[in-house]
Amino acid sequence: MLVLSRKKDESIVIGDHIEIKILAVEGEQIKLGIVAPKTVKVHRSEVFEAIQAQNKEALSASSNFLEQLKKK
Amino acid sequence: MKIATKFLGEVEIIEKDILMFEQGLLGLEDHKRFVLLPISEEHPLVLLQSVEQVEISFVVAYPFAFKKDYSFDLSEEDLEQLQIENEEDVLTYSVVTMKETLQDSTINLLAPLVINLDKKRGKQIVLQDNKAFSLRYPMQTLEGSAK
Repeated sequence: MLVLSRKKDESIVIGDHIEIKILAVEGEQIKLGIVAPKTVKVHRSEVFEAIQAQNKEALSASSNFLEQLKKK
Repeated sequence: MKIATKFLGEVEIIEKDILMFEQGLLGLEDHKRFVLLPISEEHPLVLLQSVEQVEISFVVAYPFAFKKDYSFDLSEEDLEQLQIENEEDVLTYSVVTMKETLQDSTINLLAPLVINLDKKRGKQIVLQDNKAFSLRYPMQTLEGSAK
């Protein structure tokens, strides 16, 4: 992992089209500004983790739900 | 060809119906080849069954039946990966998390499965606006029709 130190209002550039700027630092919270082309998806990593967990939970369905469907 | 399925036992499928999820589903990237199998005439639900592994089987729902105004844009990258040329070829499903009853079950509107039926390609897409799209949207609100 590349580690860089930045101050408020400084930024880093990734590739030709992505810029990440430090907008504010308040205690433990850091506000980032991200400039990237629309084709680049930016997500909080918790979102991905939550979806992964949800997919795995969805796999635990038991076969008796098919019986339920018939009852309705 | 015959495949073993989690919910329906052995099922005969047509090889050209196999959908390719090149990136798999999130957290389950190793499973790439799936088929859609009908399970109900009354409910807007189908199975997304892995062709390779019997336990990898999702109940998926037609999301518009539960949220009429559900809509999202596909990125250029998604359109390209799925080789989408016509809107009519696109089918959207949501992964269902089944609970004891259908009323308590939820669908994932945040990460829909987008399928190009013509090119037999699928992808789980993460929508950008995670405030507007629920990861656990209750199924009890059946709004639209199954068609």
